[in-house]
Amino acid sequence: MPDDGDTSIEWRPTTSNDTLIKRARLLAQVREFFALRRVLEVDVPVLGERTVSDPHLDSLYTEAPQRYLQTSPEYFMKRLLAAGSGPIYSLGKAFRAGDKGRNHNPEFTLLEWYRPSWDENQLMAEIAELLESVGCTSNAGAQRVTYRDIFLATVNLDPHQASLADLATLAGDIAQRDMNGESRASCLDLIFSFEIEARLPPGIVFVHDYPACLCALAQLGVDEQGVTVARRFEVFLDSTELANGYFELLDADEQRRRFSEDSRQRKAMGKPEMPVDEKLLAALDAGLPSCAGVALGVDRLLMHLVGAQHIEEVIAFLK
Amino acid sequence: MANYSTNEFRSGLKVMLDGDPCSIVENEFVKPGKGQAFSRVRLKNLKTGRVWDRTFKSGESLEGADVSEQNMQYLYNDGEYWHFMEPDTFEQHQADKTSVGDTALWLREQDTCIVTLYNGSPLAVAAANHVDLEITQTDPGLKGDTAQGGTKPATLSTGAVIKVPLFLNEGEMVSVDTRTGEYLNRSKK
Repeated sequence: MPDDGDTSIEWRPTTSNDTLIKRARLLAQVREFFALRRVLEVDVPVLGERTVSDPHLDSLYTEAPQRYLQTSPEYFMKRLLAAGSGPIYSLGKAFRAGDKGRNHNPEFTLLEWYRPSWDENQLMAEIAELLESVGCTSNAGAQRVTYRDIFLATVNLDPHQASLADLATLAGDIAQRDMNGESRASCLDLIFSFEIEARLPPGIVFVHDYPACLCALAQLGVDEQGVTVARRFEVFLDSTELANGYFELLDADEQRRRFSEDSRQRKAMGKPEMPVDEKLLAALDAGLPSCAGVALGVDRLLMHLVGAQHIEEVIAFLK
Repeated sequence: MANYSTNEFRSGLKVMLDGDPCSIVENEFVKPGKGQAFSRVRLKNLKTGRVWDRTFKSGESLEGADVSEQNMQYLYNDGEYWHFMEPDTFEQHQADKTSVGDTALWLREQDTCIVTLYNGSPLAVAAANHVDLEITQTDPGLKGDTAQGGTKPATLSTGAVIKVPLFLNEGEMVSVDTRTGEYLNRSKK
């Protein structure tokens, strides 16, 4: 028997060997999928001089020099797209301070890709193909539902038309707390996360056409009912959120407005305001090609493939 | 006391909620793909034992509660208060009926029990899981009746009434599970 050394120090990985093999295979399958489709793998920095201003994302950072660990490769990839890269993907680490739980770890593996000249519908179809190619099969196939329809079906409220007071009342009832004074976006997020997500049909579900107030970096559009919606979608796999995608915002002035709105919210929340990424804005000014993009959580996909209940089962050294 | 933000919430953390000290039982991090993150928290009110489910936005905080658990020796009851002593410092604490509650039924002088202190005063008292107590009143034992499964009521030195096997007599010691109030076995202590 080999000497186990100091048994009080937990040095062993939290994953099994079998999961290590499955992770390696998954990463290889993803690379093969994109190689066959002539999507170029790009390796962009993890440490950046600028970071997101999204009020709900906090970046980890280094002190000397001051750099931010990127919450996603998005800004670097958009600069590549604006410089004429063509379709690209990144498969690497991303970091989000404070995100910790059964499905979250501050350091995680993110697959992000962009398809110039495509819209979100074409991208959703490709995501379904990718999921199938790595072994996520579902009898029902991939389903699509609008944010409005799943809201109406589950909580009987129209997320676009309902008054803020009605949303706050419902969110308050669900959370057993006062939600008056909270933003429309916060109420919608709470209702969706607590009440709707767990009741989504099993298998792969695309929820699309988000309320305009949840647009993030998606373009706005008009749906069949003439309502302004965000051309954003999310992918759920057995009720777990797996990916978030957009028909990407191209307008540099609109991007500036959203950045300053982020700053205003960060200030109101008592969080540090983030300096704007001028290089991203300059790239948008120069011209980002019309494109659809998506970011997909690889650890959660692996959790699904191996039947893990907690993210620690698929990340070798969680603590 | 310090304030604890949602990202410091963990089970066992003692916090103040609605003016009462609580212990966090469970903390679940819930976050949509983009947007507001929440913590869904289950807390136990240490005064009433009631369990509360509450939701906090990420970044919200609760004040810490000055709550600690200590092993103490039970000394005596003066008719109104139960008196306990910290074994290391010999510091004494008195607990009232509300904090002692049903645990009074299992407290034997000199026994060690767990006292929960809130702002330095006893908030709750828990007896050891198993205690040995004397039978002070029961019907006479039936000799030879050790195999039959029958039971009879017996009053113990602390006033607790439990069911014991028929063969036991007054003056004998029995071991009791304080969580269920069930007889475990005859004891020599």
